[in-house]
Amino acid sequence: MTSVLAVAGHLALPKIAYLSIMPVLILLGGAGAMLAVSAVWPRRLPASTTTSLTVGVALAALVASLVQWGDIRHSGPHVAIAGAVVQDGFSALISVLVTSAVFLTALVADSWQRRHPSGWGPELQVLMLVSAAGAVVMGEANDLIVVFLGLEIMSIALYVLAAFDHRRQQSGEAGLKYFVLGSFSSAVFVYGIALVYGATGTTDLPQITDYLARNILLHDGLLLAGLALLLVGFAFKVAAVPFHLWTPDVYQGAPTPVTGFMAAVAKAGGFAALLRVFISSFGVLRTDWQPAVWVLALLTLTLGAVVALVQRDIKRMLAYSSINHAGFVLLGVQAATTRGVEAALYYLFVYSFMVIGSFAVITLVAGPGDDDHDLERYRGLARRSPLLALALTTMLLAQAGIPFTTGFLAKLEVVSASVGARSTALAVIAMVTAAIAGFFYLRVVLLMYAAPAEAGAGAPGYGDGADLLLAGTEAGSSSMAPSAGADEQAGPGGTLTLSATRTPVASWEVPEAPAAVAIALCVGVTVLFGLWPAPLTGFAHLARLIIP
Amino acid sequence: MTHDTAFPFLTVLVLLPACGALVAVLVPTGLGERLQARVVQAIGLVTTLSTLALAATIAARYQAGNGGFRLVSQHIWAPQLGISWHLGVDGISLFLVLMAAVLFPLVLLSGSLGTSRDAVAWLLLLEAGCLGSFVALDLILFFLFFELTLVPVYFLISRWGYSRRAYAAIKFFIYTFLGSAFLLVGIVAVAFEHEHQTGRLTFDLVTLMHTHLGLASQVLLFLAFTAAFAVKAPVFPFHTWSPDAYAEAPTAGSVVLAAVMAKMGTYGIIRFDLTLFPRAVVDLAPLLLTLGVAGIIYGGIVACATKDLKRLVAYSSLAHLGFVVLGTFALTTQGVTGGVVQMVNHGLIIAVLFIAIGWIYERRGTWSTDGLRGLQRPAPVLAGIFTVGMMGAIGLPGLSGFVGEFLVLIGTFVTHRWWAVVATGGVVIAALYLLWAYQQAFHLEPDPATAQVADLSWRQAAVVAPLVLIIAFLGIYPKPLLDRITPSVQRLVSQVDQGGATREPAVSRGPAPASSSSGAYTTSSSLSPDAVTVSGGGRR
Repeated sequence: MTSVLAVAGHLALPKIAYLSIMPVLILLGGAGAMLAVSAVWPRRLPASTTTSLTVGVALAALVASLVQWGDIRHSGPHVAIAGAVVQDGFSALISVLVTSAVFLTALVADSWQRRHPSGWGPELQVLMLVSAAGAVVMGEANDLIVVFLGLEIMSIALYVLAAFDHRRQQSGEAGLKYFVLGSFSSAVFVYGIALVYGATGTTDLPQITDYLARNILLHDGLLLAGLALLLVGFAFKVAAVPFHLWTPDVYQGAPTPVTGFMAAVAKAGGFAALLRVFISSFGVLRTDWQPAVWVLALLTLTLGAVVALVQRDIKRMLAYSSINHAGFVLLGVQAATTRGVEAALYYLFVYSFMVIGSFAVITLVAGPGDDDHDLERYRGLARRSPLLALALTTMLLAQAGIPFTTGFLAKLEVVSASVGARSTALAVIAMVTAAIAGFFYLRVVLLMYAAPAEAGAGAPGYGDGADLLLAGTEAGSSSMAPSAGADEQAGPGGTLTLSATRTPVASWEVPEAPAAVAIALCVGVTVLFGLWPAPLTGFAHLARLIIP
Repeated sequence: MTHDTAFPFLTVLVLLPACGALVAVLVPTGLGERLQARVVQAIGLVTTLSTLALAATIAARYQAGNGGFRLVSQHIWAPQLGISWHLGVDGISLFLVLMAAVLFPLVLLSGSLGTSRDAVAWLLLLEAGCLGSFVALDLILFFLFFELTLVPVYFLISRWGYSRRAYAAIKFFIYTFLGSAFLLVGIVAVAFEHEHQTGRLTFDLVTLMHTHLGLASQVLLFLAFTAAFAVKAPVFPFHTWSPDAYAEAPTAGSVVLAAVMAKMGTYGIIRFDLTLFPRAVVDLAPLLLTLGVAGIIYGGIVACATKDLKRLVAYSSLAHLGFVVLGTFALTTQGVTGGVVQMVNHGLIIAVLFIAIGWIYERRGTWSTDGLRGLQRPAPVLAGIFTVGMMGAIGLPGLSGFVGEFLVLIGTFVTHRWWAVVATGGVVIAALYLLWAYQQAFHLEPDPATAQVADLSWRQAAVVAPLVLIIAFLGIYPKPLLDRITPSVQRLVSQVDQGGATREPAVSRGPAPASSSSGAYTTSSSLSPDAVTVSGGGRR
């Protein structure tokens, strides 16, 4: 009897340390609750309700992440739930990053929904919360299977989010493209897991480390093939060249706030898992994978910066710029040192604020229909809405790496890591691409401060309150499918109310309070921690991996 | 290296203009255009003048002593990254700070930026960046200020510049940013070499000075650092951005670019290259000397061929900075002292020239010497001021331009005779193109449009009067400058000698025997820094 009980006791579920998955539980629970409420509610939930619910959930998850951080500072890093997840500064930082991104994006999405009324329910917010939960799981995964779980939770929600704007063909196209290429990369990734399992006999990251430390493989082809496939899978997710082909189309097609969210969260999740798997578990094999990452970083940096130069659409331009930024984070990965991890984390953290802020401004500047993102639209923005122009200028300059912003410190950190790991050539190349990138950021800034009078032939009627929709189609965002614009004029875009289409530019661009808060927060973080770097660099400094 | 004062002079010096910029930005637009312009102008003037007062106080309190850093303030800024807020001033930077502080209020008063709030704010931020880079003793802090200056200048050119401003602004930004890319990696590499040796990550110049670097890495790092500085200065052949930027920028932008920011490049060479990489400096000196001489000759020849007054001054600036490079890499006390003096003088002189040219454009709408004739008749004061600037640039004895060039040539002649000989030709060319231009623009019978031109107003004359006085004063009595510059330069040159001593004995490049000239010093104001040193030593 007692022995049976004892056996039953052994068979029992592993002890669940709820704190370790609290942010995930809050995010998923919040998403579920919102779905349930909207299903039983007699009318559609108004945008303000869904926004405040999402913001509340995000803040709760953020607090939970900070509690985790305090717990880790107090009692040290540890693994939980039968070794499936790990609690260290690294996971806590990713968790803080992702929940902050949800918080900010929810505020921006509020403005987007109000400007593009189409009977939205809470789906956008629900999907965002689910996707964020996946990213948090990726940050704390301690097993390749859990990594894959997080990856899929994050990605599937993102596929739907990219296709969310059903009024625009491009959005659907973006969703499909992302889905096909993303699921393909997931398959590659799983195959990589299978090969690694075949070589080491386990998917548990510490056990892999242990195995590799104890055994010298005479025939390591299987393991290296698995490693290569894992790298390809991650490279797809973080949009590293040559696995970036989906990025410009998806970034351009997805609803603008979602693009910002994707740039921040998908990158953070992908890089978090990449860093943990490669540096902590396959650190022994670093001489094998470092050259591959070196090449990856080189291609990512240069292609991102160079191709962005010729873009006429600001979302595409920022898509390529995000590829360039991914290259900078890869610098930290390539260094494969504690300092590299710290630098990559810091970079991801501050970049997420810059990119969400940038896309928040773009959301507001884009006209009705969210499909005119031609650079010409930014001409004279400083006259129409000086604060918005100032905010975008700050965030673009920060992305260019101008001093006294977090963007500079981030570049300094990764370059330091790279030089410290004796990859000086790569560091030089990275900084040269930063100079190239400066060109296209400045081009936008120049346009914003150019006199609208100079617009002349470029964009007729801007600034003097002309019919925006008409101007939008006339100016004809060249790089986009012209059918979308014509389509909208003809009628299917008729969900837009007449008053919305007649809104003069300046008042259209005035942000609602939530979006204004989000933009102010992004700019504030970027500038404040650029001037006073100690808290944030300290955070990244303590957020090390457990490196065995 | 002592904390010799309780009041953080330098920190306030840097933060004051930055705060002024912030205050200017916060002036509400609702005041109405005229009132707003007045308030902003007042803020700009109060800020720049109090900065000038502070800089003057610093100069007055400065004791040359052994030439080390004074008024040092050091605070932790980003501990994880090893960056500290470390400021200090020595004889080399003191007068650059003072020159910048003198120029900014005058630039503001010259009225080339109109009454825009943003322009004043950018100008003040630019002042903070310039002053910061002259007093920063932490490499990253220097880099921060060095890069920070790009943003205001970019906006000043692109918003208030002339016809091709967008092109010039972007070209300027990309060129200098590209140069800085190498500088940043170089800085980080030095710091890591130091960390590798001592286990401590720091970007502090005074600490990093003691890093042991092999010759190969010194050469590489020297090239990385010098890339940024050579673009910024600009040194031939990295100058191609500068004629465009100088010509298209509004007067205020041209003055700051040529007078102050160009000095950040040459100052960077003296402060960082010479301090950190002495062996590479000694080895590569012939290369840099050649580039300096090439700049002098090339700048002169192109200036001869140009009809555009602003471009002419831009190319003459290239030639004058060639003298700074020449003096610096002569690696003698006179040469380097001459280089520093030349930096200060060139800043003052080119400011006069650019401001005068700005006023010519205001009156006649052109810079081309083809379109200008006989300006002297209707505008004698303007002509007089231009003449002083021009004579200073030519290097007429009695004006400050002579002092620097003379010291540079002497200092170079001692160690690198033939470079000095060729460079002297540059002085002749300078006389040629400046006098030609003056003849075409100011002499002859005025054409009808020019005859209507109004002369300078009292206010405008008052703006340049201080500069003219300083130029004349320093030409006649440069001792206050030399007294303070020389000890710091001697200290630096002896460091280079020790660092580069593996190749040549230090004695051979020491200063010339002082005894012969010390007598001259006691009777009159001698130009020889050696004499000054002797007396300074006696006073201590």
